[in-house]
Amino acid sequence: MGFEFTMDSFNKVLEDISKNFIFYAPRRIPGKGAFSDTDVVVYQEVEGFGQIELDEKSRFSPKEVINPITQTLFYFNENGYTEPETNNKGIIIFCRPCDANSFKRLDEIFLNNGPFKDSYYESLRRKVKIFVIECVQGFENCFCVSMGTNRFDDYDAFIRVAEDRITCDVKDNLLPAFVKHGISAEMRPDFISENAVKVAIPDQVNKTIFTHEMWREYSERCIACGRCTVVCPTCTCFTMQDIFYEDNHKCGERRRVWASCMIDGFTEVAGGHDFRPDKGMRMRFKAMHKIYDFRKRFGYNMCVGCGRCDDVCPEYISFSNCINKVSALSREVNG
Amino acid sequence: MSNPYSSFKASILSVKPQTDIDYTFRLATDLKVSSGQFVEVSIPRVGEAPISVSDFGEGWIEMTIRRAGKLTDVIHEMIQGKHLYIRGPYGNGFPMDKFKGKNLIIAAGGTGLAPVKSIISSFNQGITGIKDLTLLAGFKTPADVLFRDEISKWHENIQIEITVDNDDTGNWPGGTGLITGLIEQMDIANLEQTEVIIVGPPVMIKFSYLEFIKKGIRKENVWVSFERKMCCGIGKCGHCKIDGTYVCLEGPVFNYAKAEQLVD
Repeated sequence: MGFEFTMDSFNKVLEDISKNFIFYAPRRIPGKGAFSDTDVVVYQEVEGFGQIELDEKSRFSPKEVINPITQTLFYFNENGYTEPETNNKGIIIFCRPCDANSFKRLDEIFLNNGPFKDSYYESLRRKVKIFVIECVQGFENCFCVSMGTNRFDDYDAFIRVAEDRITCDVKDNLLPAFVKHGISAEMRPDFISENAVKVAIPDQVNKTIFTHEMWREYSERCIACGRCTVVCPTCTCFTMQDIFYEDNHKCGERRRVWASCMIDGFTEVAGGHDFRPDKGMRMRFKAMHKIYDFRKRFGYNMCVGCGRCDDVCPEYISFSNCINKVSALSREVNG
Repeated sequence: MSNPYSSFKASILSVKPQTDIDYTFRLATDLKVSSGQFVEVSIPRVGEAPISVSDFGEGWIEMTIRRAGKLTDVIHEMIQGKHLYIRGPYGNGFPMDKFKGKNLIIAAGGTGLAPVKSIISSFNQGITGIKDLTLLAGFKTPADVLFRDEISKWHENIQIEITVDNDDTGNWPGGTGLITGLIEQMDIANLEQTEVIIVGPPVMIKFSYLEFIKKGIRKENVWVSFERKMCCGIGKCGHCKIDGTYVCLEGPVFNYAKAEQLVD
């Protein structure tokens, strides 16, 4: 159903539903950017629509809302362990279509890969409602259209902001709050149909490409900082980490923390053997996962084309360029 | 919603040093394990790691653990009566049904003997259906030889060749040289009816495989077990993924026809 709001009346909707939900949205943090006097846009809790940053792509993705950077799995004491308590409040995430599509990818790994569901992820995920913010033009480095992630139809609300008016399409049992504060309006969601950056995805990737000299460039350039995987909305890898408390060594926690296939140690086993020591190999591994391996397993590509990896790379490595190179080579090899 | 990361306490029934740095821990547990599978072993506040099950029986499992890092250093301090936390078992294990009625050759390098030890023990108990078993094992020095007590008993039923890279004692009764040398000297009678397992360091697997191929073994009859970093054992953490394959889910045992396709 479609509704129209002023900023004020929309904030009243949020106020009403805030009894049962926490809102996460991109927020501008002044002065906290990578360079002096720059801001950073990150996903954080917001209370009103005015706090949401609409003019710039967020540096980090919304995945951290349900896949926290550090998550305690168990608290240990001398006798055993307990699990952390969870909050009952629902979660509403305001995000763009590409990010909305990323949650399905996270679901595949945490819920569908292998015989077990990840209970920590599931308990957060089942509380999530997605409010998609319309993209009119996209941002620098975006290539969602190439990935087919420019559309997202499974939203709980779709939001268009134009000239201080907010129009929404709402599909959910949150309707009473929208009915109460809004005016009924015609609303048909639109999605962007073209990005400046276009990426060709190879159908088949021949194994000869795995050892092709194209990866050497990345061996020389990449500094293994892992920024590309940290900002990626679909990267889910983690490492287990046990700690004990300084003032009581018998008590502690088992946590999981984000890990990155680009960073040293990701494939290193006890005794010191590293299966993927070279940075070019790591780039190949990451790229293939995003546009090939995941698809072989789940039927569609992992990458959602948000372009954040290109936004943040300190060495100006372009993932979209890399994929286009792989595609061109694949056409050569496959004929 | 059950928590797949929950471990349970298993008390240590015995600790048996194999070498200075490899100890065998027998734990009391009702886990149903098959040969080649692994469990996630942990000590709360220290860490968790995947360890292959080296042997198992009614009410117990054994793991032969090398002191090689933060967690295993602490595990090595554990004594009988203490306990470890475990969850699992994980992984596919060896295709024991495929080995029935066949001749099986096991080539193991160093601690690679651990994940196949249960196959040898159960063969000795006559419960595998394997027709004939040959064990080739390579260690760095005589001091690194694992399962000495068992090996002396196994000699009755199976053909065993043990080699060390370097005899620093001067009185090693066995052979010296690489395990590939042992394979080279083998006379494999019935190629079609022979299955091969290779476990050990990546380089040892590769060259042993090539040696078996020279003998006329088909790659579809060769099985390998991969060691990779794993933090979850259940297909979530991503560390063990190679191409589209998760070693913890589809492995750690692979047929060589599949294994050779996997590029780290």
